[in-house]
Amino acid sequence: MATVTFFVVAVLAVASALGLILKRNPIHGALFLVINLACVAVLYLSLGAEFLAAAQVIVYAGAIMVLFVFAIMVLIPGKEETGPDPRRAVRLLALPVGALLFVQLAMIVRPRDARVPPPPAGGSAESLGTLLFTDYLFPFELTSVLLLAAMVGVLVLARRRPS
Amino acid sequence: MPGLHSYLVVAALVFAIGLFGVLTRRNAVGILLGIELMLNAVNINLVAFARLHGDPIGLLFALFTIAITVAEVAVGLAIVIVIFRVRRTIDADRLDLLRG
Repeated sequence: MATVTFFVVAVLAVASALGLILKRNPIHGALFLVINLACVAVLYLSLGAEFLAAAQVIVYAGAIMVLFVFAIMVLIPGKEETGPDPRRAVRLLALPVGALLFVQLAMIVRPRDARVPPPPAGGSAESLGTLLFTDYLFPFELTSVLLLAAMVGVLVLARRRPS
Repeated sequence: MPGLHSYLVVAALVFAIGLFGVLTRRNAVGILLGIELMLNAVNINLVAFARLHGDPIGLLFALFTIAITVAEVAVGLAIVIVIFRVRRTIDADRLDLLRG
């Protein structure tokens, strides 16, 4: 059962990633990204990381996708990718580059890693929260400062300047 | 349940597809979408290795990655919007002001 779930979700994740790349319209790309993110959340669940799966859905679906869709609606892009491609020769190189990277990564992952992992070690909110507020308090606080800096930076960038 | 190997191969595949997208898209928003794919693939690896070693620190690291991704997307999209306001285009090929 777990194996079947894994393969269905893995195929869906890869297919939605391909759809994201191949569709010219960015709004379709954003919707494919939603499918991909949901599949990744299911992969987290199957690895025993329940809290991370929930955080993935909340943060990505709740925050990042809204940002993306909003930006796409504001910009109304899509005209960019029609018409002749000025750098076609360079872009054709991207396929061998991506394929080579995948082959290399897949060669590193040799079948000796095919062992079935041990039972999950504390993917619950409780164990993660304990770690976060004891041993990793400093990175946690640093992340909140980073988020604040990003928020202020975005406000400054997006402000309409009086002309 | 499937072995660690299968998770790593899926993550490698998604990462390679993301790289391909970043290299081929001409739309700046499309490039950001490709970066999202790559970051997600890295997170799958982190969670898979956390499970293999029985160590929840990998999960914590993935959580930090998610938080930093939010900051990256917010700043990235704000920059794209400002570029659109100034140049009236977000075609990455035509944003070559910094080219010497």
